[in-house]
Amino acid sequence: MTAATSSQCVDDGTPLSHPSAMLLVNGVNKRFGGLQALSDVGMDIRRGEIYGLIGPNGAGKTTFFNVITGLYTPDSGSFVLDGQPYEPTAVHTVAQAGIARTFQNIRLFGEMTALENVMVGRHVRTRSGVWGAVLKTRAERNEEAGIRQRSLELLDYVGIGRYANFQARTLSYGDQRRLEIARALATDPKLLALDEPAAGMNATEKLSLRSLLEHIRDDGKTILLIEHDVKLVMGLCNRVTVLDYGRQIAQGEPAKVQRDPAVIEAYLGASHD
Amino acid sequence: MFNFDILLQQILNGLVLGSVYALVALGYTMVYGILQLINFAHGDVLMIGAMVGVSVVTLLAGSGLPGPVLLIVAILCAVPVCVLLSLFVERVAYRPLRNAPRLAPLITAIGVSIVIQTSAMIIWKPNPIVFPDLLSTTPVPIFGAILAPKQILILVVSAAMMTGLVLLVNHTKLGRAMRATAENPRIAGLMGVNANQVIAATFAIGAALAAVAGVLVAMNYNIAQFSMGFIPGLKAFTAAVLGGIGNIAGAVLGGLLLGIIESLGAGYVGDLTGGFLGSHYQDIFAFVVLIVVLVFRPSGIMGERVADRA
Amino acid sequence: MKTLFPQLAHRPRAAYAATAILAIALAVLPLIVGLAGNAWVRMLDFALLYVMLALGLNIVVGYAGLLDLGYVAFYAVGAYMYALLASPHLMENFEWIAQLFPDGLHSSIWMVVPLGAALAATFGVLLGAPTLRLRGDYLAIVTLGFGEIIRIFLNNLNAPLNITNGPQGISNIDPVRIAGVNFARPIEIAGFELQSVQLYYYLFLILAIGVIVVSIRLQDSRIGRAWVAIREDETAAKAMGINTRNVKLLAFAMGASFGGISGAMFSAFQGFVSPESFVLMESIVIVAMVVLGGMGNVPGVILGAVLLYAIPETLRFIAKPIQEAIFGTEVVAPEALRMLLFGLAMVVIMLYRPAGLWPAAVHGRALVPADQSGSGDAHATRPGGGETR
Repeated sequence: MTAATSSQCVDDGTPLSHPSAMLLVNGVNKRFGGLQALSDVGMDIRRGEIYGLIGPNGAGKTTFFNVITGLYTPDSGSFVLDGQPYEPTAVHTVAQAGIARTFQNIRLFGEMTALENVMVGRHVRTRSGVWGAVLKTRAERNEEAGIRQRSLELLDYVGIGRYANFQARTLSYGDQRRLEIARALATDPKLLALDEPAAGMNATEKLSLRSLLEHIRDDGKTILLIEHDVKLVMGLCNRVTVLDYGRQIAQGEPAKVQRDPAVIEAYLGASHD
Repeated sequence: MFNFDILLQQILNGLVLGSVYALVALGYTMVYGILQLINFAHGDVLMIGAMVGVSVVTLLAGSGLPGPVLLIVAILCAVPVCVLLSLFVERVAYRPLRNAPRLAPLITAIGVSIVIQTSAMIIWKPNPIVFPDLLSTTPVPIFGAILAPKQILILVVSAAMMTGLVLLVNHTKLGRAMRATAENPRIAGLMGVNANQVIAATFAIGAALAAVAGVLVAMNYNIAQFSMGFIPGLKAFTAAVLGGIGNIAGAVLGGLLLGIIESLGAGYVGDLTGGFLGSHYQDIFAFVVLIVVLVFRPSGIMGERVADRA
Repeated sequence: MKTLFPQLAHRPRAAYAATAILAIALAVLPLIVGLAGNAWVRMLDFALLYVMLALGLNIVVGYAGLLDLGYVAFYAVGAYMYALLASPHLMENFEWIAQLFPDGLHSSIWMVVPLGAALAATFGVLLGAPTLRLRGDYLAIVTLGFGEIIRIFLNNLNAPLNITNGPQGISNIDPVRIAGVNFARPIEIAGFELQSVQLYYYLFLILAIGVIVVSIRLQDSRIGRAWVAIREDETAAKAMGINTRNVKLLAFAMGASFGGISGAMFSAFQGFVSPESFVLMESIVIVAMVVLGGMGNVPGVILGAVLLYAIPETLRFIAKPIQEAIFGTEVVAPEALRMLLFGLAMVVIMLYRPAGLWPAAVHGRALVPADQSGSGDAHATRPGGGETR
């Protein structure tokens, strides 16, 4: 893990080519038949911050996630990832480019052990192919040892090191979420995109998750997360974008956004816990 | 040089062939629409229909009953046998695996197909059995081409049965239940639809259609044999895919279209390839169509009505 | 050694001993069986061929989870390739080839094996490229179609150019020749006479061991994990950066290559090939060997191959006497009985043991759920142990 980089607290609101921008998104539109799922959505996510994407159900948050991770093709939109133009066309190129995601309804490889799940995460940064495997070359053996070592470290990092050899589907819900995060981290991402990582968790688990995410941020990773829990968002995110019916209705620091009348109206004033 | 004289003839032959494919394709498409299962054994249901039919006809040959009556009796005997067989298979081999990963029911279906074929081979012996001519054999001229009365019968019977099915699916309570279950079994269940009954009914209807198709095929080619179900079954499945699996109108359209493609292909492939490929490559056409459709337009002509799994 | 007997991983000397015993048993098997007659040793040879075929298909079906019902096509490709390159057929039918090779067309096994593998792998890629994105059951039908297409072509490519000699097949195929030893004739070693079928046994055994080693190494590798990932959740696998299309193609190609090698060996062994050996039923049998034996588990697949080959073959000999003993006459022909039992086996095993007779061990321990509702059969297992799901 790299040395800590302090996150920025200043919000100037304009998504320009900021030198410390990790992901710049501009003008994303996505239509499904008669429904305009995303209208002209844009944001800039800065290096080393935790960025929240919030909004009522159906606002288009997961759709946006699916767009930037290649599962959906947007009708329009431009992206810049870590200073390079980024085109999320095929899903498998996304991790290569540096965005790793987790899923709203945990998608682990249930049959494999926790360790193996994380080892799969290392796939994109390693190279051995069939020849190496079949001939058991030294390069392959070294790489395998390295994959194993790194994966164990990541399991420890997220706190489930002791379950390394347990079948993934037998882990508790909270531990499965951690495993998914570990697997995503194994791809050495520039941006970690988490889709409702706290869903279904109780208060204690959420606190634990929050501290893990802060730890990840403090170690220099950039995080984009979709989340419903307002308290969690307030405490965790440096900045947020609020979506409603596919449009962004507010952007900025959580405290400011929370007081925005448009946001309050979108949520009908109800506080979400 | 493209020979137009035989074009109409080939098209008519194709329609006859296609009607049979359509009858069997309906069974595949309905089952796939509800269960996402390719009922590998469906072609063998056709074969059992044919075997029962030929046995009945052979048995009653000396009774003095007129040909058409024998045909009707044959069909009336074949249908219940096939329906019962199909229900039995569904209950014993498919239902327990409804929630199993997709590989298991497929393997089971193949196993069922093998069991049915082998049983037929044991019961009726491996040799082909002759299905006598029951109708007049005087060809009927149609605009320069000819059709035998039995071919016309095939067209008529198939059309009648397909119409019946469409009416059933669109205008009866059972039909509504079938459509609902195909769309969303759980919600249909919440609305009071008994999924098991609907599925059983689907298998039964498909089997009835296949039974009739079996007797018609035996009648058309004057022959019945334990191995006669497999290839037509595969082709009927291709037809269902071509038309859009899960889509009833699609199965009909696909069946007719495939019949015509095959007929035209067999007729002209020699000309088209300069004699390199003969008409014994006929069976390949269905496979080629299948591969082309699945690769380029997997939802078929009329589009797929099966919910996609993510 | 350790991978052969994982239960003995912690007792290396016992593991070595067990391996040595197994090796000796395999080495003397054909000699012992040979006492009963060459026909029985031939059965061993064919069993080994099927073991290789089943392991090849295991990579496609068991590891990558792709249902291929036309696997026999690769077997055929390898067989006919060798047949064409090592028999008089091409020379008899094509004047210009006879002129090019005045001494006849013969091919060394060292060239043929890699060539067969490569050719079959190419066919695998050609088949897989357009079709691997299809859903499971569609893929099954399409591969079935391909298998049949290959067979129909083999059956009909005898006019206008006689390439495959149609239904009559190609005969007078060279046997294997290694270091001057002609495998079609018995040889003398230290006063001992080894029959041709026994020589082939050792050759096939070595090849089979190679295939087993390759399978096991693939299983515990980066590619092996990618295959399991794709099988479990393809979308998640893609999200982790796995190029699923290429990885699936790799499975197809590797599986096909084993089929091609087996085909070439079959061709040399039998001295004769015809389309009859490559019918759909063969593909189904091989799939059954993998699925019923234990998908994705090398020992299970070997068991499946041996059982599903040996039992029907044995039936061939004992069906008649048994039926005569019980019914007084033969009620069901052995061939029919064999098929019937085969079909029933497929249905019954899918109903009661869908993971196969010897499924992959649930590696790793399973947590006993304290507060969760029962997740089926969660119970503690030893790592790498033989607990089934």
